[in-house]
Amino acid sequence: MAPVAPRSGDAVFANVERVNAELFTLTYGAIVRQLLTDLEEVDEVNKQLDQMGYNIGIRLIDEFLAKSGVSRCVDFKETAEVIAKVGFKMFLGVTASVTNWDADGTSCSLVLEDNPLVDFVELPDTCQGLYYCNILSGVVRGALEMVSMKTEVTWVRDMLRGDDAYELRVKLLKQVPEEYPYKDDE
Amino acid sequence: MASTACFIIVSRNDNPIYEAEVGSAVKKEEAAHQHQFILHAALDIVQDIAWNTNAMFLKAVDRFNDLVVSVYVTAGHTRFMLLHDSRNDDGIKSFFQEVHELYIKILFNPLYLPGSRIMSSQFDTKVRALARKYL
Repeated sequence: MAPVAPRSGDAVFANVERVNAELFTLTYGAIVRQLLTDLEEVDEVNKQLDQMGYNIGIRLIDEFLAKSGVSRCVDFKETAEVIAKVGFKMFLGVTASVTNWDADGTSCSLVLEDNPLVDFVELPDTCQGLYYCNILSGVVRGALEMVSMKTEVTWVRDMLRGDDAYELRVKLLKQVPEEYPYKDDE
Repeated sequence: MASTACFIIVSRNDNPIYEAEVGSAVKKEEAAHQHQFILHAALDIVQDIAWNTNAMFLKAVDRFNDLVVSVYVTAGHTRFMLLHDSRNDDGIKSFFQEVHELYIKILFNPLYLPGSRIMSSQFDTKVRALARKYL
């Protein structure tokens, strides 16, 4: 039997370094603002945020595995739970809930009731197509890719667009088998 | 609630960024223009007083017939100006303080450019609610 992973990130969260929430929120806001000025197109900004998130995710996963003490997950369901309960808690200070599994267990929703990234934010008419938190989907995608899971992460609900929560749809496309880089006879 | 009240926010660059007629009196176009005019004229007086006092709330800086202009100057020199015919100083002060908090929230929105017009409908609704409560 696999060792039991910590069911909540509280313990880890208590030990990691933290920054002031407003500083964090405003810094992220400044990044989005700057992207909007530089790229002008809202779609481009979404793409760029996703790419930035991806770049963070592929690095963050190492930090996560090192500090959280989580071991290998048995299946995708466990992975989703760990992301929601430990991952989000550790890096964002909030926990998500995992719901809406489809029949074959390959896609689920991570629902965030509370999201520190969007304090103070209100979308003006000019940025209606913007997924303000698109960086998060990139982080999840990047992190899972590093542990050999190709995923597709999309926003289903967004509070800034008038929904009642944040919902990230995570769809497992395929498990990439780990490749041993050398041939046996070399 | 006051029968006449007109509230505007003027940015540090002297652009009006928010305007609302919050009185209970029937809205008349020419009255609105007149209110704007009076508030506009009061800006010069505010300019003189603001630098001679530590207070943010400057009450009754100017009057026009039975209408009085009260002003609240934020640290960033944004001016909240209220034209009113009531004499409820405490209410007006509380109104300004709460609007100040709302305004700070607007400023903290990274997608809002300081000094641009406040288009947020939430802000508008809340300001009108505060006006009903305090004026």
